[in-house]
Amino acid sequence: MTTANGYTGTYELEFERPLLQLERQIVELESHSGDAGVDIGTEVRKLRQNHTAMLKKIYAKLGPWNVVKVARHPGRPQATDYIHGFVKDFCELHGDRHFGDDPAVITGFGRIGSHKCLIVAHNKGKEIRERVACHFGCAHPEGYRKALAKMKLAEKFGLPIVTLVDTPGAYPGIGAEERGQAQAIALNLREMSRLRVPIVSAIIGEGGSGGALGIAVADRMAMMQYAWYSVISPEGCAAILWKSGEAAEQAAESLKLTASDNLKHNTVDEGLDEPLGGAHRNPSAAVEKLERWITQSLRELKRFKIDNLVNNRYERLRRMGQCG
Amino acid sequence: MAQVPSRSWQEVVDTGKRGDVPEGLWTRCPQCEAMVYRKNVEQNLYVCPECDYHHRIGADERVKQLCDPESFEPMWSDLAPVDALGFVDLKPYKDRLIAEQKKTGHRDAVLCGKGFIKGRGVVLVSMDSRFMMGSMGSVVGEKVTRAIELATETDQPLVVVSCSGGARMQESALSLMQMSKTSAALARLDESGGLFISVLSDPTTGGVTASFAMLGDVIMAEPKALIGFAGPRVIANTVRQELPEGFQRSEHVLEKGFIDRIVHRKDLRNEIGRVIDYAGK
Repeated sequence: MTTANGYTGTYELEFERPLLQLERQIVELESHSGDAGVDIGTEVRKLRQNHTAMLKKIYAKLGPWNVVKVARHPGRPQATDYIHGFVKDFCELHGDRHFGDDPAVITGFGRIGSHKCLIVAHNKGKEIRERVACHFGCAHPEGYRKALAKMKLAEKFGLPIVTLVDTPGAYPGIGAEERGQAQAIALNLREMSRLRVPIVSAIIGEGGSGGALGIAVADRMAMMQYAWYSVISPEGCAAILWKSGEAAEQAAESLKLTASDNLKHNTVDEGLDEPLGGAHRNPSAAVEKLERWITQSLRELKRFKIDNLVNNRYERLRRMGQCG
Repeated sequence: MAQVPSRSWQEVVDTGKRGDVPEGLWTRCPQCEAMVYRKNVEQNLYVCPECDYHHRIGADERVKQLCDPESFEPMWSDLAPVDALGFVDLKPYKDRLIAEQKKTGHRDAVLCGKGFIKGRGVVLVSMDSRFMMGSMGSVVGEKVTRAIELATETDQPLVVVSCSGGARMQESALSLMQMSKTSAALARLDESGGLFISVLSDPTTGGVTASFAMLGDVIMAEPKALIGFAGPRVIANTVRQELPEGFQRSEHVLEKGFIDRIVHRKDLRNEIGRVIDYAGK
């Protein structure tokens, strides 16, 4: 351990400012640890304890808007990190066989634990060029069509499907509209509801609207502790209902987009705790957590007869909503 | 930043003020600006006699226009929306609902039931843009799903007239789930060999387009209706360029291959009947 903070990048979250001072002190002290006659061990330990206590305190009362910021943290593990982390022998499959290959959606065969499966995931990209190519995780119709084509392949070969959701929303552009963004998502919703293989889905970061749902019709849905899932991004909601992007924080509150809110309203089935201070502080712990949930869910789902599985999936969706 | 997806019903409300027929003896057509005798517009199915502009109409008027006289029986009208999330924007959702219910006389934004079109029995769904821009929350999703299930069980053709700004933000993820719920029900209708005619009217956007509206076996649209996923303003802000002429209008969407036919309001009954006959339903 060289720093008090597992994340080594330069991005700062505003609400974590109080921690930075402590982190700097720790780093400073540690750099003197080789100096003769100076015992800094006790001091560092104390600072670390303070740091942990403060981190716990900050994250214990993290408001929805700050959750959104954690979900968008550049150091937060993305789908590619999870794939590198727990998918063995990943065999990527490209292209929608209609128009192109959207890098904002990754699909491919792979092994998770003992399960051969198909992985479908949103890709935000890491370096700026890749992020631009992926439109920052906003998929085009080609992405959704690629996902569906490969999922049908999985169905044909009896492979379960694992989807990792991380998108601010489907891309709102001229080409996307002209090539049928709405139709592509609609078709995925209908077809995923009747695929005759188990589907598990996890929201690992952002679960924005139809763009998220387009790969998230599943038998089991999980959500990472600091992910968000909602009908629209807080900024989009603020722009429409408050007529001002400035109101994003209020919109985030109103949209009830956190994991605990989604659990409360049964729009997801399970919440996955993140390491203290968020997944970006300890990506490998987050990877392990998600892998365990996926393997366990697949093990359980594989016990069902396919007809029952598909019926249960329908019944699960059928219960969604609240009327008076 | 490219992160504002769809459901910009407020955006459509703004243009909607233009589309509604105002009170008074005479009315100015928002498209050709001709002064037209109001009664003439009404008798012409709310289509401008001068330029064919299709005014927006409520669900009751739609049902009256489509169904054989006195043949429509509304169903599930008692289903009422609840404010499950305690949603507050500039106005609490609870208050919005009360105001909209008072204004329209309906509990939510969709009318469903059984009826006859040119003597053919159908399950009919008509969305109502007057109620929170026809947005889809739990009630709309539930009623549409029940209508799809009824059509599946009774092997009757399903006709859905869409008119919506998308999923309702005030019910957040619960609204989002209505997209997958309705689409899943349509998978079952499809498997049973049932017929689904989807009619798109101005506007059909957001989560409604990205679910049942785009899943019709046959998709018809009224002329010049706005049809899309993201709202035009959101797109213009994202791509920072001017949108092409006629972008996201029925004619453009047909040219791109996503709808089957553009149908004038006066021909809708005939066209629906014809497709039902071809499908042998």
